[in-house]
Amino acid sequence: MSITTLIQHLLTGISLGGAYALIAIGYTMVYGILRLINFAHGDIFMMAGYFMIFAMASFPWFISIPVVLLGTVLLGVLIEKAAYKPLRSAPRMSIMISAIGVSYLLQNLATYLFTALPKSYPEITFLKKIFQFGDISASLVTLITPVLTVLLVILLIQLINHTKVGMAMRAVSKDTETARLMGIKVDSTISMTFVIGSFLAAIGSILYFTDRMTVYPYSGSLPGLKCFVAAVLGGIGSIPGAVVGGFIIGICETLLVAFGYSTYSDAFTFLLLIIILLVRPTGIFGEATTDKV
Amino acid sequence: MLKINDLKVNYGGIEAVKGISFEVPEKSIVTLIGANGAGKSTTLRTIAGLKRSVSGSIHFLGNDITSADTSAIISQGITLVPEGRHVFPDMTVLENIKIGAYLRKDDLEKDINWVYDLFPRLKERSWQMAGTLSGGEQQMLAVARALMSRPKLLMMDEPSLGLAPIIVQGIFDIIREINKQGVTILLIEQNANMALHCADLAYVMETGEISKKGTGKELLADDSIKAAYLGKKKK
Repeated sequence: MSITTLIQHLLTGISLGGAYALIAIGYTMVYGILRLINFAHGDIFMMAGYFMIFAMASFPWFISIPVVLLGTVLLGVLIEKAAYKPLRSAPRMSIMISAIGVSYLLQNLATYLFTALPKSYPEITFLKKIFQFGDISASLVTLITPVLTVLLVILLIQLINHTKVGMAMRAVSKDTETARLMGIKVDSTISMTFVIGSFLAAIGSILYFTDRMTVYPYSGSLPGLKCFVAAVLGGIGSIPGAVVGGFIIGICETLLVAFGYSTYSDAFTFLLLIIILLVRPTGIFGEATTDKV
Repeated sequence: MLKINDLKVNYGGIEAVKGISFEVPEKSIVTLIGANGAGKSTTLRTIAGLKRSVSGSIHFLGNDITSADTSAIISQGITLVPEGRHVFPDMTVLENIKIGAYLRKDDLEKDINWVYDLFPRLKERSWQMAGTLSGGEQQMLAVARALMSRPKLLMMDEPSLGLAPIIVQGIFDIIREINKQGVTILLIEQNANMALHCADLAYVMETGEISKKGTGKELLADDSIKAAYLGKKKK
């Protein structure tokens, strides 16, 4: 394989990794605050894809994008209020089962409403513009994805470390009851986490589907699982971990396809999960929790 | 100031607090003493809104706060230093202090200096992660954090738990000092000796009920209290 082809594939991989990273952040943040693996997250991402199809049918892209972001955020918060909030004091297993239920509900709702046939994803013309650097060519979306991801992650980390909302989120994720004693409204802090997670999933969905061109009711499930693996790989609960995990999985997957092992590219992700769980269960950036009494 | 009337609270299916009534007068130090499982913590947690009562009422400065939520209770001027300190281990000392003032929107500078004056040790460690502090320092931080909400009533759940006697002495000195500055204190303790020495008014709790009431001095002199909580033999 020539160096140009390699760079070409790497570029694709980094771009895919960026989209994965944005979704993985949603898993990791919700886990951090609720100790819940939000299995519905991949399906929220899929719904964001459908929202875009319908938004673009009636509006230009610059109105559609905010509409999709808003719609996805509302869906994320609605799911939290309806399916997770009533189970706040229930055992963790119950809320996880509820999450699996929501995941199937969204998939079946999408099948019922939009049929199981893949729908073509609307093209945002300027994102598809091709740039040529010597022998390497890439569309704008490929170039913009990693940049946007890094930018959003920096913003997010600033928000978490230097604002009052961020402080509340850190406090709730560490010690919910003490956070409540500080006067923090725990429920609205949890909702905020879902707002951020869904918002990033919506952006991820626009970037991901612009490259893939079709959406169908199950198009969220495999990327969802992969991003969950990315979050575990990086250390669940850690935002930089989710980002690094997302990029690792995106790049590895693309390179495997490039070297002709496309049959194994999905299996590889899960093999990675098994290895990381055996070797370093807390993930790359995860820390073992120690409690000092 | 704080008036509890016939309060009943369940804890894990059993009635942990069986209809207690007591009062905390303004500017005083009041203590609830009693053995493990007497319902002391449950009482404080119910006042702070972390638990719901089955029946009875809690009034603070004339307002009914029985079913108010915690953030409303804190903004009315009640705060609780939880048992086991519960500082946020991966935030710095300063961040822990600031988060205590979460509901306030005014300038914190003056109060940060105030708590640093009370606990000079914390000022030295301002940028250290709270998890790296010693137990005594964490207890100081938990008190400093609670003071940042500018409470009228400071409730403390077992501040001496797990601390060396000399540090316990320091903590109680600070409690008196805070009280002198006008903050009312409701303290629960298993270290009855310490608590009774500094309390204006004391209640003894036994299996969910208040069995005795008196000034600190009176209870220190009471034979049955001596036998049960102060480790002195009945004559």
